[in-house]
Amino acid sequence: MSAIEKSPWLIHYDASSCNGCDIEVLACLTPMYDAERFGCIVTGDPKQADIFLITGSVNNLNIPVVKNIYEQMPEPKAVVAIGACAYSGGVFAECYNVQGGVAKVIPVDVYVPGCAAKPESILDGVVRAAQILAEKKKAMRKARRAARHAESPAQEAAK
Amino acid sequence: MSSHDKAAPGPTVIPFGPQHPVLPEPLHFDLTLEDEKVVGAIPQIGYIHRGLEMLVEKRDYLDYVHVAERICGICSFMHGMGYCEAVETILGVQVPDRARWLRTFWSELERVHSHLLWLGLAADAFGFENLFHASWRARETVIDVAEETSGGRVIFGSALVGGVSRDPDDETLRRCMKAIEPVRAEILRLAQVWIGEPTVRHRLSGVGHVSKEAAYALGAVGPMLRASGVDYDARERGYEAYGEIEFKAVVETAGDCMARVLVRLGEIEQSFRILDEVVAKMPAGPVAVPIKGMPPVGESWIRLEQPRGEVLYFVRSNGTRQLERFRVRTPTFANIPAMVEAIKGVSLADVPTVILTIDPCISCTER
Ligand code: SF4
Repeated sequence: MSAIEKSPWLIHYDASSCNGCDIEVLACLTPMYDAERFGCIVTGDPKQADIFLITGSVNNLNIPVVKNIYEQMPEPKAVVAIGACAYSGGVFAECYNVQGGVAKVIPVDVYVPGCAAKPESILDGVVRAAQILAEKKKAMRKARRAARHAESPAQEAAK
Repeated sequence: MSSHDKAAPGPTVIPFGPQHPVLPEPLHFDLTLEDEKVVGAIPQIGYIHRGLEMLVEKRDYLDYVHVAERICGICSFMHGMGYCEAVETILGVQVPDRARWLRTFWSELERVHSHLLWLGLAADAFGFENLFHASWRARETVIDVAEETSGGRVIFGSALVGGVSRDPDDETLRRCMKAIEPVRAEILRLAQVWIGEPTVRHRLSGVGHVSKEAAYALGAVGPMLRASGVDYDARERGYEAYGEIEFKAVVETAGDCMARVLVRLGEIEQSFRILDEVVAKMPAGPVAVPIKGMPPVGESWIRLEQPRGEVLYFVRSNGTRQLERFRVRTPTFANIPAMVEAIKGVSLADVPTVILTIDPCISCTER
């Protein structure tokens, strides 16, 4: 838990799931499981979100919506794909209108197993995503520092 | 609208959804507004469409139950059960008594958890977060009972062609009913908030009105229909064990958002009474009959009452292990015209409340 250095804000989108995993995501936010004790808040605005909770196998109509939400989220960001559907299409894998997994559309950081995924495992996924988020942030900082270092000798020479 | 805009604005079209904070599921509306009033709404669906009806052509007819249960994660058991009933009708199979009563038990349990879930979401839609959390906390106890008796929290997984796949003993059932007892008191307390709290009344009374005639003519079903004064509940058909249980449809006449809340509150109480009766009368015996071989050529259709209203299942068999056609007409789909009617005339701020009071389940609507 020590890896979490900020409150991750969550955004949830249902990309053609059966609803089972979605209500479990909601159950995570309510008093019994209470994801807020990890400092998480749910937001409806992708531009404020750090962790993207996505359920369902993604269909042809919602590909742009999923991409849109993902792209609007600021870096660093983490994606948690919840349920068997989000992994491979699950029971719907052979349906004509499913893509068969979130990873076909956007990069995924954490997979939560289950059909339906249990709230405990969803919480576990969120905590892991928060750790990944912290690592990504560190890496970003490092890269920025390195870029600054690389820049400064060149500026010196220009003078 | 700022006050120095002199020219009267024409109608404005505002997109609502698909990703919207109050909707757990994506639904899109183009709302036409005149000032703050909604004058028209064009729904667009398809964000959850998977095409699972066609899957029936690829799967074994006995295995398809698992897909049917995932038409919707909230009414999951009833979807599985409806499919099973339709197939059993073609097969001419008589389900054992205990299975019929267990099916009734899980159906009512699902109704309670679905209505509690809805009470929470509806409260959230008008910003009463406390009520949302209180409803969902009460719901968790119901879910625990579901998990203990069926093995699944939301996807029960206990529907089976020819009966049910789990057999909780009578002792467990009685213990579960005891565990659920505090929830009943909690719901009465919540009902007082819904009915007595002036802020709640203010947001719901007189909002999103649908007349009795309109509700009937637009083909509304379930609480949406009963809240407008039409006395119709498909459970009165007496499927499974409902024929042997005393109950009367909960009907309200106001036709507004408040009436829909009252119908659902009444139905939770009624479901608890049915659950009591079911556990008390639970017969002994086997819970499934073995099904072997191919289904005969034929077709059948079945009606059930889900938490959201009447649902229809149609199944056609061509004599092989893969059925030829499966069709579901789900309650939310039937309620969309009435919802569009209810949205007209409300102000923009009330749109989420009105949408929520039909208890939309998009995933079963689009399948
Ligand atoms: S993984 Fe299972 S429960 Fe979850 S959305 Fe998919 S079908 Fe539904």
